[in-house]
Amino acid sequence: MDIIITGFLLGGTYALIAMGLNLQYGMARIMNLANGEMLVAGGFAAFWFWTAAQVSPLLTVFVVAPVAFAANWLLYIVFLRPLVKRARSRGQLEVDAILTTFGLSFVSVGLMLAVFGGDYFSYSYLSFPVHILGDSYGANRVAAFVSAVVICGALWLWLDRSRAGLTIRAIAVAPDSARLVGIDVGKMAALAFALGGAVTATGGALISTFLTLDASTGVMFTLKALIIVIMGGVGDVRGTIIAALALGLLETFVATVIDPGLTLAAAYLLFVIILLVRPQGLFGRRSA
Amino acid sequence: MKRRTFAQIAAVALATGFTALPAVAQDTLKVGAVAPKTGPLAGGAAVSYWPNVKLWVETVNARGGLNVDGTQRMLEVIEYDDQTNPGETIKAVQRLVEQDEADIILPPYSTGLNLASAPIYHRYGIPMITSTATTDKADELSAQFPNVFISLGGAQPIALGAVEVLTQLRDRGDIGNKVAIVNVADAFGIELANVAKPAFVDAGFELVYESSYPLGSQDLSPVMKAAKSAAPDAFVAFSYPPDTFALTEQAQIEDLQVGAFYTAVATAFPSYAGRFGESIEGVLGIGGVNASDEAFQDYAARHEEVTGAKPDYWASAMVYSTFEVLEQSIEAVGLDNDAIIEHIKANAFDTTIGTLDFDENNNNPSFWTVGQWQDGVFKGVASTGREGAVDVVVKGPWQ
Repeated sequence: MDIIITGFLLGGTYALIAMGLNLQYGMARIMNLANGEMLVAGGFAAFWFWTAAQVSPLLTVFVVAPVAFAANWLLYIVFLRPLVKRARSRGQLEVDAILTTFGLSFVSVGLMLAVFGGDYFSYSYLSFPVHILGDSYGANRVAAFVSAVVICGALWLWLDRSRAGLTIRAIAVAPDSARLVGIDVGKMAALAFALGGAVTATGGALISTFLTLDASTGVMFTLKALIIVIMGGVGDVRGTIIAALALGLLETFVATVIDPGLTLAAAYLLFVIILLVRPQGLFGRRSA
Repeated sequence: MKRRTFAQIAAVALATGFTALPAVAQDTLKVGAVAPKTGPLAGGAAVSYWPNVKLWVETVNARGGLNVDGTQRMLEVIEYDDQTNPGETIKAVQRLVEQDEADIILPPYSTGLNLASAPIYHRYGIPMITSTATTDKADELSAQFPNVFISLGGAQPIALGAVEVLTQLRDRGDIGNKVAIVNVADAFGIELANVAKPAFVDAGFELVYESSYPLGSQDLSPVMKAAKSAAPDAFVAFSYPPDTFALTEQAQIEDLQVGAFYTAVATAFPSYAGRFGESIEGVLGIGGVNASDEAFQDYAARHEEVTGAKPDYWASAMVYSTFEVLEQSIEAVGLDNDAIIEHIKANAFDTTIGTLDFDENNNNPSFWTVGQWQDGVFKGVASTGREGAVDVVVKGPWQ
């Protein structure tokens, strides 16, 4: 039983890491390789507020989210919209976006290094045990899981029920046709990108309560997020959630029952199997 | 007539100019330093390496610079980020020698980067007093590269030091003989675990739980839960900084009750104490210092004053001490690299960490292997011959 709960908690962590990239790649069509750095930046903010003023990371997210939203909006307008405008095909946009965001990730690492230094940062927040069904779990992980549920749930509801969400899903499916019905694709894409960045930074603030980060650890998170997004299917929030939970459960199962050394192998094996059986991902659409 | 006078004046001006130039260039000594500022080891270098470079240069310059053959010369640092990539380390060393014409080149950071760049230091004949390389192969290295010195010790003594300390606790009756060992699945963790496991068995311990986990694991609670259910008396983890922090947190969440808790790298970092506060009391790790030694206390105070951060309790003092060895050698024999290497081989040096005397294999045989947090200081409890070890205490419950 504790495998299932631990697996869910880990899945919640993974969902926080991957949800932002899903919005940016699936809706705004930008493969953002600097995603991990945005996560680490959110973590830095939480660390800074906590060590300087004892502000709980659960409150810091209310500052981090709007700031990250604005920063990502600017990033999109300045660096990425010109690429969208001149891309003649989706494939070209992807390549351009990958190259640009790859460069941006180095710039981000350098900026964070200059501002925060290269040292590891970690702090103790809510690191007492909570007892669920007889086993102990870190309160910080449980809090992150609950937040993941709230954030992902709110996102899904918004995308599914609200008019703005419907618009964003429209530009994800068919941006050219969306223009025909009067949707401002450029503005909506910027909104999706900015929202993705805000979610990622929030995720970073939450996971920094139990993970140790430094300016250079972003790349590891980008990789994990990429796997989850591709596995779950690009463009559908439900896919990311299911893939994140599946990965969390699988890794915990393998670590507990088989051997902790095989968790990475199992994760990539799952990735390969899903792609072989269903190349568009669990919830992806078959059309390009 | 006018043209000849002009030419004469120009010639005199040029001549004065030429003689003036070398005098200006001779005032500062260029010191090259290459280490990670980005990449996986940036965190470690930011704690143990870069602050010591800054502290050493400022200390030397504060007393007027290095005395080279009678002239006082100030130090000027040229820093390169090798991105934790050995190819970049090698390129940076080449650039320092060929383009920047650095007079002094400091060794890089970490075992991997030092071993990878030893050939290029050897090709240029640069004295390479490593301070962050942990290797058992000092004799082979120095046979191939006589310019390389090893000061931080080897993996075997470190692993055996952990066994020694736990054996002491067991023989005193403070802990039982059941030990759980985990290690990060990286060359460092695997090597230490492979040395420690048979040594524990030979010392009469029972290995009730053994496991390894991938580098960068985000959730170590399965490992800790499994270790706890094996009911060990002691817990040993050959871990890297992120997992050291994660395992310590998990141990507190699971309330792992052991009389000895050992995590490898980063236990000696100030940020470990910063994160866990009072609950670190009794935790064991690699490294340690002679905390009652005035030289170390003075060094720690200056380190904090100049760089704004405390030194770590393992490699920091060794890094600084090797810079002191270099400094003393240059002041003794000048800037000729071969003379410096001979001087280091032939002499013992008085440094912050104590006496540093390299043996015929260019190896420093005396280094700290195990330290323990006692009253907020990570004191050395076991070494291969350093003074000032304190008695190890049994670990109480997590606070």
